[in-house]
Amino acid sequence: MSFKPARRRALVVALAIGLSSLAGLVSAAELKLKNVSYDPTRELYAEFNPAFSKYWQEKTGNTVTIDQSHGGSGKQARALLDGLDGDVATLALGYDIDVLAEKGDLLPKNWQTLLPDNSTPYTSTIVFLVRKGNPKAIKDWPDLGRDGVEVVTPNPKTSGGARWNYLAAWGYALKQPGGNEETAKAFVKKIFDNVRVLDTGARGSTTTFTQREVGDVLITWENEAYLVLNELGKDDYEIVTPSLSILAEPPVAVVKKYADQHGTAELAKAYLEYLYSPVGQDIVGKHFFRPRNAEALKKYQAQFGKVKLFTLKEVFGDWAKAQQTHFSDGGTFDQIKIVQGLKLN
Amino acid sequence: MSGMVGGIQAYHGAELYELSPATREPKWARYTILGLSLTFFAIFLLMPLLAVFVEALRKGWDVYWQAITNPDTGAAIRLTLLAAAIAIPLNVVFGVAAAWCISKFEFRGKQLLITLIDLPFSVSPVVAGLVYVLVFGAHGWFGEWLSEHNIKIIFAVPGIVLATIFVTFPFVARELIPLMQAQGTDAEEAAVSLGASGWQTFWRVTLPSIKWGLLYGVILCNARAMGEFGAVSVVSGHLRGQTTTLPLHVEILYNEYQFAAAFAVASLLALLALVTLGIKLFIEWKSA
Repeated sequence: MSFKPARRRALVVALAIGLSSLAGLVSAAELKLKNVSYDPTRELYAEFNPAFSKYWQEKTGNTVTIDQSHGGSGKQARALLDGLDGDVATLALGYDIDVLAEKGDLLPKNWQTLLPDNSTPYTSTIVFLVRKGNPKAIKDWPDLGRDGVEVVTPNPKTSGGARWNYLAAWGYALKQPGGNEETAKAFVKKIFDNVRVLDTGARGSTTTFTQREVGDVLITWENEAYLVLNELGKDDYEIVTPSLSILAEPPVAVVKKYADQHGTAELAKAYLEYLYSPVGQDIVGKHFFRPRNAEALKKYQAQFGKVKLFTLKEVFGDWAKAQQTHFSDGGTFDQIKIVQGLKLN
Repeated sequence: MSGMVGGIQAYHGAELYELSPATREPKWARYTILGLSLTFFAIFLLMPLLAVFVEALRKGWDVYWQAITNPDTGAAIRLTLLAAAIAIPLNVVFGVAAAWCISKFEFRGKQLLITLIDLPFSVSPVVAGLVYVLVFGAHGWFGEWLSEHNIKIIFAVPGIVLATIFVTFPFVARELIPLMQAQGTDAEEAAVSLGASGWQTFWRVTLPSIKWGLLYGVILCNARAMGEFGAVSVVSGHLRGQTTTLPLHVEILYNEYQFAAAFAVASLLALLALVTLGIKLFIEWKSA
C-alpha cells in the first residue's frame, strides 16, 4: 500500500488530532474507582455509587465513575490475587480480605482496624426463604434437618454467604442445652444431607430456588431474602427468621497496592468512609442490610424479623480459626461430605 | 447453466428412486420419520429461539429498548465487536498461511501442525482462560514484569481479545485445508511455469478459488468470537461496562433479576446468529 504525499500528510494530521484529543481526555479530572464486591451487594452499590459521585463532585469538583465487579466472595478474592486491580474490596467475610493481605501483600495485615466497627459499615444475618404458606412448616434450624425437607445453600468452599450459613447452623447447635462440637457436627450434617444443589455463589442459589424452583427452603443472607420478596413478588415466598442466628459482618477495605498504583488511595478511603455517613447508612438500610449507625438502624429496625444474634468472635474466635477448623481441606465440611458419600454408597 | 441441468437430473434421479417400489418406504414410516424430525426441530431449535424473543418482549418494547440502549449494553456491544474485529483478521492471515503450507507443500511435522491447529477445539474454553490467568496473572510467569511496566492483560481488554483469538483459532484453517487439498497444486504450478511470482500466484490463482471457503470460515469465526462465554468469563473480571462482552452482560443482567433485559440482550445475540445463518446460506448458494 502506498499513499500519495498529500494523502499521507492528511493521515498524519488526522492521527495527531486523534492523539491530542485522547491526551485531553486523560488530563481532565475524571477519576475512576474499581469496587470488587460479592454477590448480593449489586443493588446496594448500584444506588450508593451515584450518591458518592454526587457528594464527591460537590466537595472537590471532580467527577468519579465507579466500576463494579460482582461474584462469589471467595472467587472475587482469588481474582484480586490474580491481578484484578480493584481499588476497594467489599467482600462477604474477613477471611477473604485476610487472604489478600497474607498471600498477595495487597494491603496491610491490620486492615480491619483502619475503619470503624471492624471495617464493617453494615451487618446482616442468615435467615430462611420458604415458599408461600410455608408448606413444610419450617420455623427454626432443626426443621432444616428433618427428613423430606430439601435445602438450597451455596458451597462454603467458594461462597462467603455459605460459610456464614454453615457457621450460623453450627453456632445454633452449640448453644442448645448439652451442645458441644460433636452434637454440632451431627446437627449440621443432617442439614447438609438435605442439600440438593450447591451453587458457587449466593446469587446462584437464589436463582436455583426461585427460577428453577428447586428445594423447600433457601438458607441465605437476610438482605438477599428481602430483595427476593421485593423483586420477585411477595406472593410466592415468605421469610422465616430463626430464633438464633449469626451476626454476619461483611467487611470493606482499601486495596492499598492497587490504589497506590492508580493514585486513588485517598479517594478510595473517602469512598468507604462515605458508607458510614448518614446518607450511606440510609442507603444501606434501604437495601435491607443492618446499618451500624444507631439512627439509621432505628429507622429500619421494624423491617427486620426478631432474632437473637451471636458474633463470630464469641463462638469461633476469628476467621483464620473458623476457616481452618471448618472449611480447609479435611475440615468439618469435608468430613460431613465424606460421610455423606459413604452413606450414599 | 451446466449446474442447473445437473440439478434437474439429480431431481429426476430422486423422483425415480422414490417411485421404484423396491426402494420406497411405506407411507407410515415416511410420515413418522418426517414427524419425528420436525418435532425435534420444533422443541430443541425453534422453541428456545422463540422463547428468547417472547421473554425479551414480556415487559413491552419500552423495557426492551431501554435494555439494548443502556450504556453498559453499548459498552458490551463495542467490546464484543472489538474482540471480533481483532480476532478475525488474525485468523484470516493465520488460517490462509497454515492452509497454504499444509496443502501445497510437503514437510516434516505436517501432521503435528494439523493436530495443533485443532487444539482449541479439543480444550475446554475454561481451561484456555485459566492458562492465560496462570501466564499473565499477578502471580503468573510474566505477572511481575507486566505489573512493573504497568501493562494490564488479564481482567482487561487484551485478555478478552487473547481468549477470543485462542478459541477461534482453527476456524479459517479448518475450512480451507480440505478445500485447498482437493484443489491440488496444478493451477499454481501452471502459473509459476508461465512466469508468475509467488505473490502473483497467490492473488490471481489461489485466492479466487478459495474465496467462498474463506468467507465461510470468517462467518463461523465471527459467530464464535461474539458468542464465546467460558474462556472470556475467566479472564474478564466482570467489570460492568469495562470488560463484559455481550454473553457476559446477559449473565450479569440475569443475576440481577432483570430477566426481560437479559433476554433483550440475548435476543441481540440470537439476531446475530440468524444474520450469520443468512449470510452462510447466501455463501453456500453463491459458491455451489
